[in-house]
Amino acid sequence: MEKQLKIDFEKKLKDFSYSDQEKKFKETNFKEFLKQGFPNRKLENWKFSDLNQIIKSNIGDLTFYNDYKKENQIDKIELINELEHNKIIIVDGKIEKIDFKFEDKDKIEVLVEQGEETIKENINSLINLNNAFSNKFCKIIIKKNYSLNKPLVVYHSTNKNTQSKNTNSRIDFKLEENACLRLIDIFKDNSEKNFLNIYYNFELDKSSILKNYKIDKATNNNVKYSYNNVNQEANSISETFILSSGSKFFKNEINCDLLGHHSSAFVNGIFDLDDENHHEIKSNINHLVENTKSYQLVKSVLEKKSKAVYQGKIFVSSEAQKTDGYQLSNAILLSENSEFNAKPELEIYADDVKCSHGSSSGSLDENSIFYLMSRGLNYKEAKKLLINGFLLDVIEKITDEEIKNLIKNLLGVKE
Amino acid sequence: MRDKQIEDLKDYKYGFSTDIENFKAPKGLNEDVIKFISNIKKEPKWLLDWRLKAFERLKVLKEPDWQKPKYPKIDYQDLYYYSAPKSFKDKPKSLDELDPKLLETYQKLGIPLNEQKRLNGIAVDAVFDSVSVATTFKETLTKQGIIFCSISEAVQKHPELVKKYLGTVIPLTDHFFATLNSAVFTDGSFVYIPPGVRCPMELSTYFRINASDTGQFERTLIIADKGSYVSYLEGCTAPMRDENQLHAANVELIALDDAEIKYSTVQNWYPGDKDGKGGIYNFVTKRGLCKGKNSKISWTQVETGSAITWKYPSCILKGDNSIGEFYSIAITNNHQKADTGTKMIHLGKNTKSKIISKGISAGFSDMTYRGLVDISPKATNSNNFTQCDSLLMGNKCGAHTVPYIKNKNSDSNIAHEATTSKISEEQLHYCQQRGLNPEEAVGLIVNGFCKEVLQQLPMEFAVEAQKLVGISLEGSVG
Repeated sequence: MEKQLKIDFEKKLKDFSYSDQEKKFKETNFKEFLKQGFPNRKLENWKFSDLNQIIKSNIGDLTFYNDYKKENQIDKIELINELEHNKIIIVDGKIEKIDFKFEDKDKIEVLVEQGEETIKENINSLINLNNAFSNKFCKIIIKKNYSLNKPLVVYHSTNKNTQSKNTNSRIDFKLEENACLRLIDIFKDNSEKNFLNIYYNFELDKSSILKNYKIDKATNNNVKYSYNNVNQEANSISETFILSSGSKFFKNEINCDLLGHHSSAFVNGIFDLDDENHHEIKSNINHLVENTKSYQLVKSVLEKKSKAVYQGKIFVSSEAQKTDGYQLSNAILLSENSEFNAKPELEIYADDVKCSHGSSSGSLDENSIFYLMSRGLNYKEAKKLLINGFLLDVIEKITDEEIKNLIKNLLGVKE
Repeated sequence: MRDKQIEDLKDYKYGFSTDIENFKAPKGLNEDVIKFISNIKKEPKWLLDWRLKAFERLKVLKEPDWQKPKYPKIDYQDLYYYSAPKSFKDKPKSLDELDPKLLETYQKLGIPLNEQKRLNGIAVDAVFDSVSVATTFKETLTKQGIIFCSISEAVQKHPELVKKYLGTVIPLTDHFFATLNSAVFTDGSFVYIPPGVRCPMELSTYFRINASDTGQFERTLIIADKGSYVSYLEGCTAPMRDENQLHAANVELIALDDAEIKYSTVQNWYPGDKDGKGGIYNFVTKRGLCKGKNSKISWTQVETGSAITWKYPSCILKGDNSIGEFYSIAITNNHQKADTGTKMIHLGKNTKSKIISKGISAGFSDMTYRGLVDISPKATNSNNFTQCDSLLMGNKCGAHTVPYIKNKNSDSNIAHEATTSKISEEQLHYCQQRGLNPEEAVGLIVNGFCKEVLQQLPMEFAVEAQKLVGISLEGSVG
């Protein structure tokens, strides 16, 4: 693999004329990735999901070079019809289209850059890989006091003939004071056996609101990794919802730094897994100042040989008095081969805090099924009704009505 | 009156060292030292080979580094691996022959080694540095067929039992400190309860590190044969010394069909002074195997001492319907660090486990609960319940919870909950209003917080543990 990496990286450097600074940035990241390789189970964060192994067994040998000059067809991508929206379309890691047709053009600024050093430290080798191979990464600035009329949908797609490829994409968002953004990520795969690596960086100024909904529903054989880094100033709110379902492997990592007073972070997730799918959510909520709040709720329904992993961490620094942190994960195992692993972690250095977590996993409650069957439902209906109610808890946490309905329809969950 | 008591207890009360001439093995860790230990204990060849095999394995092992409390590198060549009071070279036949100074030490410690002053019939096996001093109550136990002696004695008298069970729960190939212990273990207790016998008294060991620069590597092996029951107590102290001392013990429990073992520890090794200088490194491997059907192993621990505590008493629930329990109180103050918890590995059907952990940190200390619950695909209809609560005093200390939860069986249930909080002003106010001073109020509230675990301790220990909880937190209020 190392040989392939080197060839592809050389090829990539030749494609564009990078400034010395950009070149240096890419090379440092590339060297770091070469040194570390794909994360494996020896790393604490990857204990339950050995990505190196997963790529080997699902994809085999990867190639890393993408021709960014080539125009990709985008008219075949299925768009959401239920909802009017702005859109960004990404194909094979390349941003093909940015369209803010419902918005005031003066209030949104789109910068397309060749690469800029904005990373504070080495997070993991996949971010290095992303930095080394991603193309232009785009920065979107929402101006002060502006709230988008319609949600922004990012379509992550691949070309039909793309195979055994690693694609990298990155978008930075900056929400200025009192701005508001509703962001939906939708995964539309036309190909199989690729490794998608997505990196988002959010800066939330005072009183801004970010709502990010990630929807991975369509069945496919791709391996995906997504990393959200969120920096939050005073009074800002971030809400992340993850529907993790269709891909072969998907790891969502959310890192929230609560840097300003009265900022809050919400992370909610649903695992709805089947077959041999293996998904993970890893959250890191860092309470760094006084009076901050976080809330996490993750529910899983696991069929057949599927496996779900939830690693949630709440960190409270010694300055962060009056922190309120809560975390809950529940899992229903429907098959004797399914597996649920959790590591709900608390790391607390301040005393005047309210932090707790809970985790449970098990089978469907036989008593409830009996109750429903005694009322005339058959086993299948009873099971469905119970799961419906179980998942509805998380969906009700979605604060945006339009999107809540969209997700309900997608999951076939009724009230 | 109480204030005076507290004043007396404020400093580590077990911090005296006894002036007894010690007989030590040469410093360092090598084959010769292992042979020396084996030779002086007149061990059979198989045991020496076993030790050497462990030593071979040790050469390729690395010290683990994933734990939260970091410690300066230990120079294993700069330690004494065997230290015995000199007068011990010819073992005393009865208590009268004991060195009076030793008896005095134990009296200071408050252990009723002397049979006349016995405490309601607890049989004591006291381990002083590396050698087991004397075992009381031998006769009563022998009548029932119970074997309770030092492990060196067991090697001589019951080699078949030792050979059969030693290393079956903690194999030679385990982690660094366990393997180190296998190579150089010096003494410890051995208990065998024959089938159907309910041990009529609590068995107890008292460990004490006296000589400087010594590591204590004791090994305890408890076997409860079919349908038997035993409750075992363990207490630990050490004198005050500036340098850090290493304590790497291995404890193996084996419960056969329908047997039950209850293992209680009150650990009060020297925690170091207020600035974190000195103190014991307590790196202990404790593991119990519920080998037979319907067997039960229950760990109860009160951890108040040691500069660094790093241990996870575990249960392997292999037999169907077996039960594992873990009750723990860990208190850290000043610069103490603790990384402790348990592992419940469910292998058999209908196995149940329960974990109650209470952590209290004050001063500049750091407390971590780290636990694993692993339900394997074959462990149908298994259950686990985990509760871990942490209490923080001040914002210079830390409390962490790192549970690993693995469920691979759809008919099994796992429930886990954890909370972190501080003592509420309201509770404090209420107590003070009724005439308690702030320290007494904190003591009372903390004791209430720990009650669930304290209840699990045998009577004699519970009183001591309750006092210890109060003492450990002295100076952390206000």
